[in-house]
Amino acid sequence: MEFNVIYVIVAREFKKFIRERSRLFSAIARPLLWLFIVGAGLSRLVPSDTGVSYTQFIFPGILGMTILFSSIFSSISIIWDKEFGFMKEILVAPVSRLSIVVGKALSGTIVSTIQAAIILALFPLLGFNLSVVQIIAVILICAFTSFSISAFGIVLATFYESYESFSVIMNFIVMPMFFLSGAMYPVKLLPEILRICAKINPLTYGIDAMKHVIFRFETGPMSPDFLFIVDAAVIILTSVIFVLIASRAFERKG
Amino acid sequence: MSIIKVENLVKRFGDITAVNDVSFEVEEGTIFGFLGPNGAGKTTTINILCTLLAPTSGRAFIAGHDCIKESAEVRKAIGIVFQDTTLDKDLTARENLIFHAYLYNVAKDKMQQRVDDVLRFVDLYNRKDDLVKKFSGGMKRRLEVARGMIHWPRVLFLDEPTLGLDPQSRTNLWEFIAELPEKNKVTIFMTTHYMEEAEVCDRIAIIDNGKIIAMGTPDELKKAVGGDVIYIKTTDNASAKNEIERLFKFNVSEKENEIYMTCGMGDTCIPEIINTIGEKVISVRLQRPTLNDVFLKLTGKTIREETSSGDDIKDFVRAYRKRH
Ligand SMILES: Nc1ncnc2c1ncn2[C@@H]1O[C@H](COP(=O)(O)OP(=O)(O)OP(=O)(O)O)[C@@H](O)[C@H]1O
Ligand SMILES: [Mg+2]
Repeated sequence: MEFNVIYVIVAREFKKFIRERSRLFSAIARPLLWLFIVGAGLSRLVPSDTGVSYTQFIFPGILGMTILFSSIFSSISIIWDKEFGFMKEILVAPVSRLSIVVGKALSGTIVSTIQAAIILALFPLLGFNLSVVQIIAVILICAFTSFSISAFGIVLATFYESYESFSVIMNFIVMPMFFLSGAMYPVKLLPEILRICAKINPLTYGIDAMKHVIFRFETGPMSPDFLFIVDAAVIILTSVIFVLIASRAFERKG
Repeated sequence: MSIIKVENLVKRFGDITAVNDVSFEVEEGTIFGFLGPNGAGKTTTINILCTLLAPTSGRAFIAGHDCIKESAEVRKAIGIVFQDTTLDKDLTARENLIFHAYLYNVAKDKMQQRVDDVLRFVDLYNRKDDLVKKFSGGMKRRLEVARGMIHWPRVLFLDEPTLGLDPQSRTNLWEFIAELPEKNKVTIFMTTHYMEEAEVCDRIAIIDNGKIIAMGTPDELKKAVGGDVIYIKTTDNASAKNEIERLFKFNVSEKENEIYMTCGMGDTCIPEIINTIGEKVISVRLQRPTLNDVFLKLTGKTIREETSSGDDIKDFVRAYRKRH
């Protein structure tokens, strides 16, 4: 792995992220709409038997949504780079494909974690009382989850050559990943087949880990679905697997 | 020493044979040109040489390294300007170059200096902080050449470097490229379908349908099609024709009040002919064969010339009017 390569790929993404104000704006606006419109609406329907309102319940899920959208968006910009040729400039350079993939996944990680941290700062508005340790733990979980989702996004991007596939990815991969992640409703309440889908979704484990840290209750319908150690293991393992698959895919030649 | 060596290269895409048994060598420090029409296999050959594509069979070496097995070594030795722009338009000129310098591990203490140097070299220093999307086509092309040079490559690939440029920018870019080998100790491998541009090459390979159909210096290739044509207008074409045919054994023809003949070296033939039939001569002109003639002779077709697009449109309009 070459650190100069990882550094410059991350620096490029970060520069573009800062320049594109509208991207940051919509990245922040989307979770806010869900939290305060969908959350507020549904909380009238859902009884809060564990002392947690529905808006509070979906807070980890909304952080997960922020991560999901911005990580995937960052990674599939690779398709854009392919279409506009910049990918060739990277691929023809004497650098290992692993460095390229790690650099790209870290780019997604950094911009996603920044956005998630901005959303997280709303916690007092939602009636939470989080300690510094909890806040740091949530940010770390966000970072690790972003890395895994970004790496997954890179694997996706290797299959597509043109940006027309963007809406396909959004509608058939990203949206289902969001709804089947335990973000809006507990995984344990899902029908069997959907529960299986949720269990193979890395985002599920990221959100579950955040529930462990934010709620601190272990029973009831709104409690976490898996052990924290399972969450951590899955996130790390999927990160490694996706990075390796993506590096292999970049190695492939016609 | 040959810095590029290609042996029996073949690349098939399904049924299409894009590169068909191509072999050639390029001397270090020279400009080598690949000349051919659309779809001839020029870009495919470059993609194989720069390790982006694996050949179906055959071998290729750059600076002694195998393009397939030692791709890392080959990548270090080359710079490339692709046929289509590969700049990040949302970054500034300088940021694009810095990105490249990092990728190629240029030493940190030399990086700034080197980037400024190549920017000055292509005359873009005063635009260095502008976003690339604000650049004209010619400026982007120059920036790409500059970028390709940053890491001191031993071979620079230029795939149709002047594509889409106006005649003025093309000339400027060529003056600049022609100086590169001497100033920077770099070997240039370029492709084009502009005939005039191929003339700056030390050696040319003419490629058509994936096969090299002729190779040599521009002069050698032109000689191969029969040399120069001399056109003479005289007061008495018939007798001048007889005299020249008798004394020089040339095959003389007549067209539009002029007699003309093909000979190996026009510039030395003209004085001799004038000495013989001097009193009858009204005017003399010499036409050198162009690479276009070479291509026409070898393939029976002309290369699509971007420069004549104006004429193409005129022809089209004429044909259109006839039909309606
Ligand atoms: N990835 C690919 N898949 C299928 N066919 C391809 C591919 N790349 C090139 N070809 C085919 O190979 C042939 C040679 O293409 P190539 O791009 O090398 O031509 P070229 O000489 O560079 O032409 P141009 O002057 O238009 O750039 C063409 O028939 C083209 O359609
Ligand atoms: Mg081409």
